[in-house]
Amino acid sequence: MGAEFVQFSLTPLLIGVLAAVACALPGTFLLLRRQALIGDAISHVVLPGIVLAFLVTGSVAAGPMLLGAGAAAVVAVVLIEAIKRLGRIEPGAAMGVTFTAMFAGGVLLLEQSDTSSVHLDVEHALMGSLESMVWFAATGWGSLLDPVALAELPPELTRIAVVVAAVGGLTWLFWRPLKIATFDEGFARTLGLPVGLIGFGLVVTAAVAAVAAFDAVGSIIVIAMFICPPAAARLMTNRLETQMAWSLGFAVLSAVAGFVLAGWGPLWLGGSHAVSAAGMIATVSGAILALACVAGPYRARTTAPLDPGA
Amino acid sequence: MELLAALTLGAGYNAALVAVGATLLGIAAGTVGSFLFLRKRALVSDAVAHATLPGVGLAFLAMVALGGDGRSLPGLLAGAGVTAGLGLLAVEWMTRRSRLAEDAAIGAVLSVFFGAGVVLLTVIQSLGAGRPAGLEGFLLGSTAGMLFEDALVIALGGALALAATWALRRPMTLVAFDPDYAAANGYDVRRIDLAMMGLATAVTVVGLKVVGLVLIVALLIIPGVTARFWTERSDRLVAIAGAVGGVSGYLGAALSASAPALPTGPLIVLVAAALFAVSLLFAPARGLAAALIRHRRFQTRVHRRQGLLAVARAEPIHDRFTLRVLGAEGLLRPDGVPTEAGRAQAAKIARDERRWEIARQIHQDAGLTGRYDGLTPIEQVFTPDEITAFDAALGGPRAVEG
Repeated sequence: MGAEFVQFSLTPLLIGVLAAVACALPGTFLLLRRQALIGDAISHVVLPGIVLAFLVTGSVAAGPMLLGAGAAAVVAVVLIEAIKRLGRIEPGAAMGVTFTAMFAGGVLLLEQSDTSSVHLDVEHALMGSLESMVWFAATGWGSLLDPVALAELPPELTRIAVVVAAVGGLTWLFWRPLKIATFDEGFARTLGLPVGLIGFGLVVTAAVAAVAAFDAVGSIIVIAMFICPPAAARLMTNRLETQMAWSLGFAVLSAVAGFVLAGWGPLWLGGSHAVSAAGMIATVSGAILALACVAGPYRARTTAPLDPGA
Repeated sequence: MELLAALTLGAGYNAALVAVGATLLGIAAGTVGSFLFLRKRALVSDAVAHATLPGVGLAFLAMVALGGDGRSLPGLLAGAGVTAGLGLLAVEWMTRRSRLAEDAAIGAVLSVFFGAGVVLLTVIQSLGAGRPAGLEGFLLGSTAGMLFEDALVIALGGALALAATWALRRPMTLVAFDPDYAAANGYDVRRIDLAMMGLATAVTVVGLKVVGLVLIVALLIIPGVTARFWTERSDRLVAIAGAVGGVSGYLGAALSASAPALPTGPLIVLVAAALFAVSLLFAPARGLAAALIRHRRFQTRVHRRQGLLAVARAEPIHDRFTLRVLGAEGLLRPDGVPTEAGRAQAAKIARDERRWEIARQIHQDAGLTGRYDGLTPIEQVFTPDEITAFDAALGGPRAVEG
């Protein structure tokens, strides 16, 4: 558990935890606002964004990629709204039309362009490659204090850390307006809060978190962390503050347990190869949610289930 | 010319197989999917589709353990069907038994089942057993090595799903439009919902080979949404959706066969999306262009009337659009002076306005006079006799000074 851990496991573990936290923060509000599937839509449309950015710049540098992904997310949100309003189509279907069509466009672009020389393919986008974010320059725990080694940290770690700080800061700063607008939009309006702007800001923040996390860990964790920890937390409490705490706790737990199980689980079972960390983190978050559904203290519905067609 | 050959099924045996399979799949998906859309549960199919991945992995592992090579399509599809069904039940269970909303349940099932599937795929890779290459093809579909048996599976599965949809069309329509009424009539809404989603699951499983699990959702959702622009009747919507799905499948497959590096699944989805975009823009009644034209016509009528009222009152007109509207009809000369016809029209409109005032005095109830919106001609609301009575009270038309 010394030098090898720091070199090969510390950074992916940290990236996984930070990505989970970045998604669980806006995810809590999106869940309460019945917009949980925004994360799903965003993580699909990121693909055409990064492919276009690659075709335009010809490189896989992070800056243009993130810009392209962010632009695609905004285009998707605008398109969904446009189809909803102009075509008078229900939100779920509008979302389904938009993100599948954009994803298909991304796959087609990817097949048409020569990306064999760079690490850009659909499977990587879906599953991520958390395991590859290693810190070669590290020689042990002492490297955490060594500026030369620190400079060699995977850039994904720095980026996701910045994004977590930004998303966390925004959540803290806008906690009250967010809370009021989420639970009682009418009341928020009478207080003079810009309800529409708050909703849009939340979606944009979610998009930024999704894009940064996607860059590090692939879309599968993004969707899982947007929904599973907040949903499990929803079954644990009736207070938003407590729910946010549970949500972050579940996110961190999923990331750590999933990473450990993926890396060492097969060895314990007598296998020789690690399995996908991203997939395992999603699976663990699902197991936590299932437990919460069975045993969470506030799992029961106090009203009849909403008819989905109503 | 490659495209022409592909369109006439002349681009080779494999291309023809794929085109026929994709067309059948599109028809089945469009038909089944339109009921999901009417029930406002289109995205449940997304959860179901992603939940097929662990089934594919498990079926592969099971077949290898039993001594096969693990690539038999019916076996893999059976596994996919089992976990997709489990995913569907999980969504249903979570929405009914916990306080979570359906969208959260969809997202949770989608990501967790897919994550588990990814784990299984890496397990299969590390085992190195059988010939694992190809399972990833289920993500986005891979039609390159499609066999006759594969096409047969698609055709049979699609036909069965279509037949079941036909048999269930009445209860499904009823539940989609008014679940309470359906329940009051003795239908078991929950079981009909499950049957509907079960059909979607069947189509998803059948479509894994052609378009893959990420994009099959598009084939279920887009045709129904597209058809919605063309009709207000549910039976026609289902038929149009089936046609849109079939055309998308056929054109997409043909396009993909016409050149290299054109994957079938994404092209089918993009053709469907193009049909959707055309419908959104140009469909009569519900399309954007139609709405714009309606709005423009309304605007023109309002400006024409306001302009003529101004002429009647001998007030100057400053609004450019009003001037253009009246000028185009020859009611106003370019220098802003009304023509003979313009004065006559203005007199008519001013007289009708006074008739309405009288009408409001005579008919105190709002039943008829409530229809006054400034644009409906008075002749459409009152009979000639009544109008004659108004005119008697009014004292006939007056000339307008230019």
